[in-house]
Amino acid sequence: MHNFLAAYSWINIRFLLIGLGVTIFVSIISIFFSSIIGTVLGIIRYRKIKFVSLIVGFIIDIIRNVPLILVIFFTYFGLPEIGIKTNPLWASILALIIFESMMIAEIMRAGILSIPKGQTEGAIANGLTYGQTLRHVVLPQAIKNMVPALVSQFISLVKDTSLATIIVLPELTNHAQIIYGQNTNYTIPMFLALAVMYFIICYSISKVANYYEQRVEKRLAK
Amino acid sequence: MKKTIFRLGTALAILFALVTLSGCKDESLADKNILKNDQTTKTITWGVKADTRLFGLMDVKDNQIKGFEIDLAKALTKKMVGNKGQAKFIQVTSQTRIPLLANGNIDAVIATMTMTPQRKRQVAFTNPYFSAGQSLLVKSDSKIKNIQDLNYSGAVVLGVVGTNSVQNVKKYASKAKVLQLSDYSQAFTALKSGQGQALTTDNGILYGMVSQNPGYSVVGGNFTNDAYGIAVSKQQQPMKRAINQALKELKQSGEYNRILHKWFGSIPGFNYKEAEK
Amino acid sequence: MIEIFQNYGSDLLYGFGQTILCSVIALFFALILGSIFAILEVMPNKLLQKISKIYIEIFRNIPLLVITMIFYVVVPMYFVKISGFVAGTIGLTLYSSAFIAETVRAGILSVDKGQMEGALSNGLTFKQSMRYIVLPQAFKYVIPPLGNQFVNLIKNSSILAFVAGFDLMYEGNVIAADSLKSISTYMCIGVLYLIITLPLSYYMQHLERKLS
Repeated sequence: MHNFLAAYSWINIRFLLIGLGVTIFVSIISIFFSSIIGTVLGIIRYRKIKFVSLIVGFIIDIIRNVPLILVIFFTYFGLPEIGIKTNPLWASILALIIFESMMIAEIMRAGILSIPKGQTEGAIANGLTYGQTLRHVVLPQAIKNMVPALVSQFISLVKDTSLATIIVLPELTNHAQIIYGQNTNYTIPMFLALAVMYFIICYSISKVANYYEQRVEKRLAK
Repeated sequence: MKKTIFRLGTALAILFALVTLSGCKDESLADKNILKNDQTTKTITWGVKADTRLFGLMDVKDNQIKGFEIDLAKALTKKMVGNKGQAKFIQVTSQTRIPLLANGNIDAVIATMTMTPQRKRQVAFTNPYFSAGQSLLVKSDSKIKNIQDLNYSGAVVLGVVGTNSVQNVKKYASKAKVLQLSDYSQAFTALKSGQGQALTTDNGILYGMVSQNPGYSVVGGNFTNDAYGIAVSKQQQPMKRAINQALKELKQSGEYNRILHKWFGSIPGFNYKEAEK
Repeated sequence: MIEIFQNYGSDLLYGFGQTILCSVIALFFALILGSIFAILEVMPNKLLQKISKIYIEIFRNIPLLVITMIFYVVVPMYFVKISGFVAGTIGLTLYSSAFIAETVRAGILSVDKGQMEGALSNGLTFKQSMRYIVLPQAFKYVIPPLGNQFVNLIKNSSILAFVAGFDLMYEGNVIAADSLKSISTYMCIGVLYLIITLPLSYYMQHLERKLS
C-alpha cells in the first residue's frame, strides 16, 4: 500500500500525464492524416485505374502485412538516408500514418464494395458525374457501414503508439518505464496506471462513436 | 486461386524491386560537414542515454536528462560553438545510437559507448573521456561472486541489445545464455523479476543502479578494461578534431575533473580517480 | 541484404521458427478462449454476458505491450518465473482472444435466429444446438475475418522482441546491432514476415471472394 501512495506522488503523476499528452498528440495527428490518405488510397484501389491501382494495391498489401515496429524502424533509421533529419516524434507519427493509412484504405475499399453497384449506376444514369456519385451517394453510406471497423482501427492506433517506446518516443508507456526503471517498487502501480489510462482513452473512443452512431441512426429513422 | 497466386507473385516482384532500388541512395545527411553547420546554427545535437543513472538519466521532476555525460556535452558545446552554444539532446539506446549517427540524425554520440575494434570500423571515436570496466550486478544474497560462477549451462545473464558487454559474456562464460533487453531500465527490471541471475555492463552504470536500489551488489571486479569515447560519423573528421580539442581544454582547465567529481565523487566502492583518463 | 542472410542465416531461421511457433500456440489457445467468450456473450445468462463483456473490453482496450510486460515483469516478481517467450505468448493469446471473440460473436449473430429457435423447439439443449447447428455455420462466415486476425496475430508476435523472446524481430534487433547495417537487416526481417503473412492474407481474400 505504501508503494502505491509513493508511486502516485504528484511528481510521478505529472510525468505520466506529460507522456499521456504525447500519446494523445501523436494519436490525433496520425488519425487525422491516415483517415485522409487512407480514403484516397482506398478509392484509388477500388476504382481500378490501370497500373496505378495495381501498384497502390501491392504497396498497401506489403505494408499491411509487416509488423508496425518494422515500419517505425524504417522511418526512424531510413528517412535520414534520403536527406531528411528526423526525431522520434516525427518518425513515429510518420510510421503510424503510413501503417494506419494502409489499414484504413482496406476498410474503405471493403466499405465501398458493400454498396450495391445498382446505386452507382442509377446515380450516373441520373446525370451525376462519377466524383459526385462517390461523394454524395456512395461514400456517406459506405462510411456508415465502416464505422465499427474504423473505430476499432483508431483504438488500435492509440494502443500502437506504445510500440514507439522502442525508439524512445517519450509517450505514456515510455514514461511509466522510466519511473519504474528508477525505483522498481513502483512497477505494479505504474502498470496499473498504464492499464487504466489506456483503457479510459480507448473505451471512451468506442463509447463516443457508439453515441454518435445511434444519434445518426435515430435521425435517419425519423 | 490462379488469380491469387498471380497477385502474390506480382507483390513479391514489386517488393524485390523496392529492395533493389533502396540500394541506390541519394546524398544523405551524413555527408555534409556537420561541424560547419553546427557552428552557424550554434547548436550541437548529441545522442545521449536517458536510462543510465550517473551518466544520463531522465529526471521525473522536471523532464530533463541529467548526468555526467550531459554536463560534459554541455561544456563541450560551449567550448566548440561559443558560450551561447546550445546542446540539443536526443535520447538513444544502445540499439539506436549507431544507426542514428550513421544516417546523420545526430551529430555525436556521448552515451556510455566503449571503443571496440568492431565499432571503430563503423564510426570514428574521439579520445576517451571515461575509463570503465565490465562487472556484474547481482542480488546481494546471490551465490555468484564473479563471471566464472556463471559459466554453467542454465545460467542466464542479462544485458542490453547493442552493448559490447553481451559479446564479452560469450568470451568469459560461454555456457551461459544471454538475454538482451532494449535498455538498462528494462534489464534491471528483468533482473529484479528473476529473469536472470546477473546483469552485466560497465561498473559505472552498475554503481548507478546500486545507489538507488539497496539489496543489490556489484561483484566480480572489472573483468575487462574499457574506455568510453565520443562517437562521430567517419566522414566527420573536422568534428572529431574539434571535440578532441575541446576535451583537452576542459581537462586542462580542471572543468572535466569538477564534473567527474560532481557525479562520481561520492559513490561508495567506485574509485573515481581510476575513471579519469 | 544477401550478406545478412549469409552471415546470420541460422539466427534468422531460429527467429523465424520461434515466430511461427509462438503464433501457432497463441492462435490455438486464442481460438479456444475467444470461442468460449463469444458463446458466453450470446448465452441467455446476464451474469455470464457481463463477465465475457468485461473480459473482451479489458483486453481490447489495453495495448499488447502493456499486457505482455505485466506477464514478463510483474508476474515473475510475485508469482511464478516465466520466460520472455512464454510471457509474450500468453500476452498475445489473451490479447488476440478478445478480438477473436468479437469476430466469432459476429459470426454467431449472423446465423439466422430461427435456426437456434428451431433446434431448441426440436428438443436440443442450448449446448447441442450451439455445437451442431449454429457454430458450424458461424465458422463458415468467420473464416475470412478470422484469417485476418491470424495475420494480425503473426504481426503482433513481434512484441516478443520487447521481452527477449528470441523471435524474428528480436533477432533482427540483435543482428542490426551486430552488423551495424540496420536498414538491410530490417529489410530481411520484413521479407521473412511477408513470407508468412502475405500468402495467408491473399488466401483469405480469395476465400472471401468465393464466399460472397
